[in-house]
Amino acid sequence: METEKGISMNRITRRKFLVGTAAGMLMTSCGPKRLYELARPDLREALDRMEKEYAVKYGKAVKVGSEGPIKGVKFAYALDLSRCIGCRTCVHACVHENNQSRDPEIQWIRVAGIDKERGVDLTHADYYYHPDKVPEPGKFYVPIQCQQCDNPPCTKVCPVKATWKEPDGIVVVDYEWCIGCRYCMAACPYGARHFNWGEPGLDPADVNPDTHYLGNRPRPKGVVEKCTFCIQRTRKGRYPACVEACPVGARKFGNILDPDSEVRYVIENKRVLVLKEELNTIPSFFYFYGV
Amino acid sequence: MYLRFFVGSAKLVLKGGRLYWAWIGLLLTLIAVGLHAYIEQVDHGLLITAMRDQVSWGFYIGNFTFLVGVAAAAVVLVIPAYVYDWKPIREIVVFGELLAVSAIIMCLLFVFVDIGRPDRFWHLFPPFGQLNFPRSLLAWDVLVLNLYFLINFTVVTHIMYRAFNGKHYRKRLVIPLVLLSIPMAVSIHTVTAFLYNGLAARPFWNSSILAPQFLASAFCSGPAILLFVLQLLRKVTNFEIRDEAIWKIAELMAYAMFLNLFLHGAEVFKEYYSDTHHLLFTRYLYVGIEGHRTLVPFAWTAVCLNLLAFLLFVIPRTRKNVVTLNIGCLAIYAGVYIEKGMALIIPGLTPDTLGEIYEYSPTLNELMVAAGVFSVGFLVFTLMLKVAVPVTLGEFTHKLPAKAPV
Repeated sequence: METEKGISMNRITRRKFLVGTAAGMLMTSCGPKRLYELARPDLREALDRMEKEYAVKYGKAVKVGSEGPIKGVKFAYALDLSRCIGCRTCVHACVHENNQSRDPEIQWIRVAGIDKERGVDLTHADYYYHPDKVPEPGKFYVPIQCQQCDNPPCTKVCPVKATWKEPDGIVVVDYEWCIGCRYCMAACPYGARHFNWGEPGLDPADVNPDTHYLGNRPRPKGVVEKCTFCIQRTRKGRYPACVEACPVGARKFGNILDPDSEVRYVIENKRVLVLKEELNTIPSFFYFYGV
Repeated sequence: MYLRFFVGSAKLVLKGGRLYWAWIGLLLTLIAVGLHAYIEQVDHGLLITAMRDQVSWGFYIGNFTFLVGVAAAAVVLVIPAYVYDWKPIREIVVFGELLAVSAIIMCLLFVFVDIGRPDRFWHLFPPFGQLNFPRSLLAWDVLVLNLYFLINFTVVTHIMYRAFNGKHYRKRLVIPLVLLSIPMAVSIHTVTAFLYNGLAARPFWNSSILAPQFLASAFCSGPAILLFVLQLLRKVTNFEIRDEAIWKIAELMAYAMFLNLFLHGAEVFKEYYSDTHHLLFTRYLYVGIEGHRTLVPFAWTAVCLNLLAFLLFVIPRTRKNVVTLNIGCLAIYAGVYIEKGMALIIPGLTPDTLGEIYEYSPTLNELMVAAGVFSVGFLVFTLMLKVAVPVTLGEFTHKLPAKAPV
């Protein structure tokens, strides 16, 4: 008797459980989801929808790629402070490559102009220097963008898991899921996160149609965006736009897990520093003195 | 039964003198203004505010932080009332809880108007959304604020409803909930402080003194509002509130303010004496940096007001004098409003993490949206009081329809 009762009760709870699970799955399958959770086919479907929207909005074909991380690859960046002349060519190459809003203006790279006698002291940095000629005597320049931290303070604070670190080290934002609370901007020690305060002003002629869903696809109003090491390029084996644009070769990029890579050589053989080391963010972005 | 309570409440709310309707009219006008400003903001984006990448939180989040403090008003009264069973305060606890409910509504609204994608607000609520719990402190805040709201709302409506039916509230329900609301009130403050406290990127907030300081200043500002309300109730209704209750609250505020000032002093000492790069933010607040002095007058006003209020409340004679008592309340309210609002948020973000100074001061549109949010809170509070007072006085019950002021 008792066992029978036990079994029947068990059945009811199991049935209830199944019905509950089914209902839950039904509820979560309707409506938008985080891109992070989408299965590959569903993701492609979502990206096709985006491509259609962009085609209507900009009157041209925009490809939204979904290249995943490559196994055995972890990206790292090295910037030669002794070479940088503060010309900001990288800043503008980045804006063009990554479809940033031109008005209001968003730039993912900020270049600090600092007096040589102060050393790397950001409290006296000037971000709006505009002399006739760079470099100015007595000045040196520190370009700052997302440091792609291994211990990122920004992803931790996001209340809705709209931003995360990919296996290849790139910290990305899901523009479809971000609620625009800007907690990540308060948490980032490098001012690397930028907010779309208004509707992004992007002329169709300026749109770079080669995009990635976690990277440079055009963004909506009211969400946060940031440098992704040009995820749309680097996952296809190309250099980030800023590396290619730099006229003095100050920017080095590559796979830190590859012992023969250029970044690996720099880290092993040069005097290297990271910004705000004491915060334990563990940046994948290194500064060095090459000469 | 429920229907009768609702209809009765609606009738109560609709009855009032000229002053009452003028007040309601003012609030409704301000809500309309705020709503219009908010629609503008949704239309143009947050570009219409003065916030930018350098100072990415401003007036809204400042008000949010201040109001989380106000929501503690309930607890500062609940503790002596229930733990020490101190009668004079016990009768007025329900008003503290009404204030908490209104304050939390304003808190949630301020967060809502601050986010860039209000259409995605539901992303915070599982199972449809994704709450980053326990990693994100904002997720914690969402949880504790909503829970605190539910507890207070339940207690208040239960007491009201029972009283309406001529019954005493159920002790087995109310006492545990009220006792639970004490640690909850502490936790909404602590969690909100941790929200800022946990950010190593912002040295001004990254100080362990922040949470205790939040609690201390909360125990000043919440009761300050309540003291006004109690005096007003005593004047315009025949609700009896004894002088001792008011004096006791004022005395508690004096101790809280002392603690608040002491913690501030400890922080200022540490910053100035150690004189590291982190001093910049404190300097921006109190003396300005290279001509950037927007906050300086506000910072010193807050210090002076807080000191004044402390003196007025700690001296028995001025505490017991109606005029000086009310001056003290005003001083505390204004002082803590500055200190826990703009003087907390803005120096946290200025200079920004890369040393740039962008001087934030809210735009007219931001002020209008904020006025709208405050008006919603005041309106909720007024309407709830309108029902709560007769209920507590026993004038509003279904058993004595003849005496009900309908």
